Amino acid sequence: MSRIAFTNARLVDPETGLDQPGALLVEDGRIADHGPRLFNDAAPAHAEIVDCGGRVLAPGLIDLKVSTGEPGDEHRETIASAGRAAASGGVTTICVQPDTDPPLDDPALIEFVARAPCAVRVLPMGALTQGLRGEAMSEMGLMAASGAVAFSDGDKSIANTRVMRRALSYAATFDFLVAVHAEDPFLAEGGAMNEGETATRLGIPGIPAAAEAIIVERDLRLAEITGARLHFAQISTAAALAAIEAARARGVAVTCAVSTAHMALNELDVGTYLTFRKLTPPLRSESDRLAMIDGVVSGAIDAVVSSHDPQAPDTKRLPFAQAAFGGAGLETLLPVALLPFHNGDASLAAALKPVTSAPARILRLADGSGTLAKGARADLVLFDPGIPRTIRREDLLSRAKNTPFDGLNFQGAVWRTYAAGLLAHKI
Amino acid sequence: MPTAGTLLPSRHLLAIEDLSPVEITALLDLGEQYVALNREVSKKRDTLRGRTLINLFFESSTRTQSSFELAGKRLGADVMNMSVGTSSVKKGETLIDTAMTLNAMHPDLLVVRHQDSGAVSLLARKVDCSVINAGDGSHEHPTQGLLDALTIRRRLGRIQGLTVAICGDILHSRVARSNINLLQKMGARVRLVAPKTLLPNSIARLGPDIFHRMEEGLDGADVVMMLRLQQERMDGSFLPSTREFYRFYGLDADRLALAKPGAFVMHPGPMNRGVEIDSAVADDVQRSLIQEQVEMGVAIRMAVLDALSRNIKNVSKGLMV
Repeated sequence: MSRIAFTNARLVDPETGLDQPGALLVEDGRIADHGPRLFNDAAPAHAEIVDCGGRVLAPGLIDLKVSTGEPGDEHRETIASAGRAAASGGVTTICVQPDTDPPLDDPALIEFVARAPCAVRVLPMGALTQGLRGEAMSEMGLMAASGAVAFSDGDKSIANTRVMRRALSYAATFDFLVAVHAEDPFLAEGGAMNEGETATRLGIPGIPAAAEAIIVERDLRLAEITGARLHFAQISTAAALAAIEAARARGVAVTCAVSTAHMALNELDVGTYLTFRKLTPPLRSESDRLAMIDGVVSGAIDAVVSSHDPQAPDTKRLPFAQAAFGGAGLETLLPVALLPFHNGDASLAAALKPVTSAPARILRLADGSGTLAKGARADLVLFDPGIPRTIRREDLLSRAKNTPFDGLNFQGAVWRTYAAGLLAHKI
Repeated sequence: MPTAGTLLPSRHLLAIEDLSPVEITALLDLGEQYVALNREVSKKRDTLRGRTLINLFFESSTRTQSSFELAGKRLGADVMNMSVGTSSVKKGETLIDTAMTLNAMHPDLLVVRHQDSGAVSLLARKVDCSVINAGDGSHEHPTQGLLDALTIRRRLGRIQGLTVAICGDILHSRVARSNINLLQKMGARVRLVAPKTLLPNSIARLGPDIFHRMEEGLDGADVVMMLRLQQERMDGSFLPSTREFYRFYGLDADRLALAKPGAFVMHPGPMNRGVEIDSAVADDVQRSLIQEQVEMGVAIRMAVLDALSRNIKNVSKGLMV
């Protein structure tokens, strides 16, 4: 039996709100016990002792929105390199997107991704429609049997309302989770940043905030008539959040997430055409950003995601309109998620909830991951919440360096990460 | 003739937004001197002797490119024209690759036009020479703004306090953005006249007054500035048809009569006669400043080249012999 005894830790369990000094015992990759007086009598025999030095010991982070380049664009990122980046950021589960090349619309591809060697757990999302074309639904049942945890068309909204209705309806048959990137494809076509004064000044075609609200409203109505479990993979506007809250009041089961970039940055940060800040959805107005923070603090926004989208220099060192969308984010998920804690708006446990227990609930993970419960999978992160650091793209372990936070200061540094009881990262 | 000393704080001219009213005035004053020079028999100066100017046009242009070429040659520079059709850009080379390649040839001044907003400033960050924006996407066309200002100042004696109506396709126009910026900085009142489909979102936040009817927008204007309407905007995507646009937004003598008596007409060219402007108005020598704009264009570009070249270090990079 392999045993790891974590002593002298600050135990934080977002699921229960626990935040106290104590110790934790891992046996064979599962959490065996924890508590303030766990090893008061004696440290367990035959155990590796890890003196946490008072650092926070919390469930490993679960990131619901990660893109890699595998299969098809391995020069951007492989599943293995994404795994290293994740582990160094305290992320122990990555939910990878289906918009690869070829797209993950086939059970064999789901198996390929689920089995790919990786330092952390990989949970694939399957394509909602064949080839991500938004026309015919994919083999959701077979892909679920191969390990797909949810279905999505990646960063594309399905344009045809009837196709979306049928896909939701079929998914509801098996109670599958459907994740949606909400952006009206016709309204957003050709746009490169948030529509507004900044885009007008820069002469960049805009994507109106309404492009998001329109799809959110539409899909909420469709969820209502189909009974599907709907999740908005990434919202960015106050209008979308208001629509979601109104639907919840009517009894619609819906969850949503926001990316770290949309918590920390706004459209003005595009500055002089910074393509690392060309994201989808685009960085929005400051009032939208504040609404996202409020939503995370109040719990109206369930999860915080990195929206990790590695891009090589050849797709980013271009004029703004031609550059690819997307930012690397796995290594900055934790420090940005801690913003509400450092700003005094949330306890440490509450700030961690959108990146641990809340995404575990959205995915209905039955192994206790995202919590410190006895018997839970021993996915753990040890970190110093207060350590200041400047994000530098050259420091990233991810194969891609396109962080939108390059040069910005945050607090929080990971010391060690354990995935299923195995050391996945340490400094 | 040109006096010594720097006029501009930067070695690039990328946008009117970066210039102060003092710098704009200095450039206009210098431009004024070159207008006089260009009307003389002997136009050649050696201000830029030994300097290399490259015209790098990713988007085709006749008047801007030839205007810069002439300006460079009159100041004694060696001028080379590169257009997209003859470069390796069509072979998949990126903008930055092209910039680095040209940079290795040690030009002193690079005049760049590109179809994407921000492309010229991206390129400027990668090269050692002075870069002049000759139009980037729908962002800015600073020398057009300056030449328009010089034209207005020469005819009306000032810019401060004037009312200038800019009409037509504001949405896609870099000329409009540079002019809004410059005219407002110099104290003019800017009006924009266009259908809502050709006005960018939140444009009023930049300061101008917005009108949707020519009759109202032209009322009392000192200058009416028409913009070119691209053919591809008229196929029903932004406008129902050419004839409908002309009916509501075209400039003819009747509409011009609504502006201040004697108001001037401007157009950055090339014109679509019968689409945004009637020939009778465009060719009216009493009212139309369109030919004068072309003349001012060469003068102001000479002023810009002169001003920027003063910021280039005049130190040999040194072949050690």
